[in-house]
Amino acid sequence: MSYPFRRVEGVNSLIHARGLVKRFGDFTAVDGIDVDVQAGEAFGFLGPNGAGKSSTMRMIGCVSPPTGGVLRILGMDPRRDGPRIRARLGVCPQLDNLDPELTVLENLTTYARFFGIPRKVARARAAELLDFVQLGERAGSKVEPLSGGMKRRLTIARALVNEPDLVLLDEPTTGLDPQARHLVWERLFRLKQQGVTLVLTTHYMDEAEQLCDRLVVMDGGRIVAEGSPRALIDTHSTREVVELRFATDDQGTYAGKLEGIGERIEVLPDRVLLYVSDGDGALAEVHRRSLSPAGSLVRRSSLEDVFLHLTGRTLVD
Amino acid sequence: MLTLALPRRLVSFEGMGRRSAAVAERNVAALKTAYWLVMLGGLLEPVLYLFSIGVGVGALIGEIPLPSGRVVSYAEFVAPAMLASSAMSGALSETTFNFFGKMKFMRLYEGMLATPVRPIEIALGELAWAMARGGIYSAAFLVIMVAMDLTTPARALVSFPATMLVGFAFGALGMTISTLIRGWQDFDMIGAGQFALFLFSGTFVPATAYPEVLRWVVEVTPLYRAVDLIRGISLGSVGVTQLVDVLYLLAMLAVCLVVAGRRMERLLCK
Repeated sequence: MSYPFRRVEGVNSLIHARGLVKRFGDFTAVDGIDVDVQAGEAFGFLGPNGAGKSSTMRMIGCVSPPTGGVLRILGMDPRRDGPRIRARLGVCPQLDNLDPELTVLENLTTYARFFGIPRKVARARAAELLDFVQLGERAGSKVEPLSGGMKRRLTIARALVNEPDLVLLDEPTTGLDPQARHLVWERLFRLKQQGVTLVLTTHYMDEAEQLCDRLVVMDGGRIVAEGSPRALIDTHSTREVVELRFATDDQGTYAGKLEGIGERIEVLPDRVLLYVSDGDGALAEVHRRSLSPAGSLVRRSSLEDVFLHLTGRTLVD
Repeated sequence: MLTLALPRRLVSFEGMGRRSAAVAERNVAALKTAYWLVMLGGLLEPVLYLFSIGVGVGALIGEIPLPSGRVVSYAEFVAPAMLASSAMSGALSETTFNFFGKMKFMRLYEGMLATPVRPIEIALGELAWAMARGGIYSAAFLVIMVAMDLTTPARALVSFPATMLVGFAFGALGMTISTLIRGWQDFDMIGAGQFALFLFSGTFVPATAYPEVLRWVVEVTPLYRAVDLIRGISLGSVGVTQLVDVLYLLAMLAVCLVVAGRRMERLLCK
């Protein structure tokens, strides 16, 4: 599939938010965030469940009116131009809402009609998109018997049926097994290479690292850091991490004994993390101090570590 | 390969009618054999009532005097009420049970609302579909009435648009109810309310047979207005009250449609 990449005329940012707020009664889901997403970018919202990612996505998708702040999508105001903006968005929601009474192919052709796309064009495009998401052979099947990964790919195909300027993906691989995830990532990566602007939310740091050119880390409705995955790691973490598991109920008792090795120590319920520039050297030092961990691992720093450092919590509980 | 030149024009911003039609079109695509059977059931119900009560009980009752003094056979009296009731129940079943299922359980409307389609357009599209279904029931029932000599072909033709108005009004009401109910358990209440209307809307006995106070209660309920309208046309005695009926049903349609659209927006666009 070749994607008709278009430059959005006269608009600097496809998404422009300043002090964006969303409240549900007393609860503040999004607490004044600033975001700019440029055309052709793959942009991510990384954060744990309840960080305000989905609320932000629904506001961007023009199905949830902002409580406060400025929001411009494709240069337009969601409050006023909702239908006009949505005509140019592709949305892949967190929970699949495919039509169980229609076939795989009909799910795409029927959806295309909501955008006013002529039937003939819709059919041609649907067939092509099914090939793109590797579901061409299931065109006549109902949605129900499809696997979770297939349903997600179909939802992604549906989000592309109007050739959107901006594709919104809310937790695109949550709940999928590793193989299905990789297949979804691979398709999204292709879209990205074709210049499609992708905005996604995730609580998987590997997903954010693989797909996002730039991302913001969200926690408690606020943005706590912003940058490329590499830059975030460089800024907020060390080059390497040593993970140590001690045979004890309280990993914390070892914190004092590890003092001085590396820049920082994080104690988690099941392991101790040492933030260091040289992992092997640090591990050698651990052994030199006669602290014999039951298990040890030297790895590169990831976004998980960035998140841990910024919030004191892990991404996936 | 996707065509490069087309998109801007294809994704054009089109009107409300077009998008509402696309919503109705989805139901046509979902139409499968099983659904036709359900629809057949909807047609059968008023016919069974007509034969059991209208013809069967009618044989015991014989003739019945109208408030105007005119005397008609009981079957002639009951048939238009069955027609109005079936227009009501056809519209209600599509806009309560099916509508609620699509909204809450299939979450179909969430998908639709991510497109240019707006809540009010979903309401209009679903209503149009309910009417297409109701229209088939009404037309078939009118054919039976003409065949049994319970009305004339000309009156049947005039009755048809009246049944559509009845369907539209009850469809909009059903949709409003769907946005207010909490879960499947509330459908029992809808069913009970619907059955009460069916029994006491001047369907089987003239409203004049009730005590004065009760009669007023009956006369302000929507199915009474629908029965009065269609009976008036079917028996060829159209007067000022039928104009009141039409205005009543139009107002019900307009108010319920606006409320349903707003409620949907509040439920789905949080």
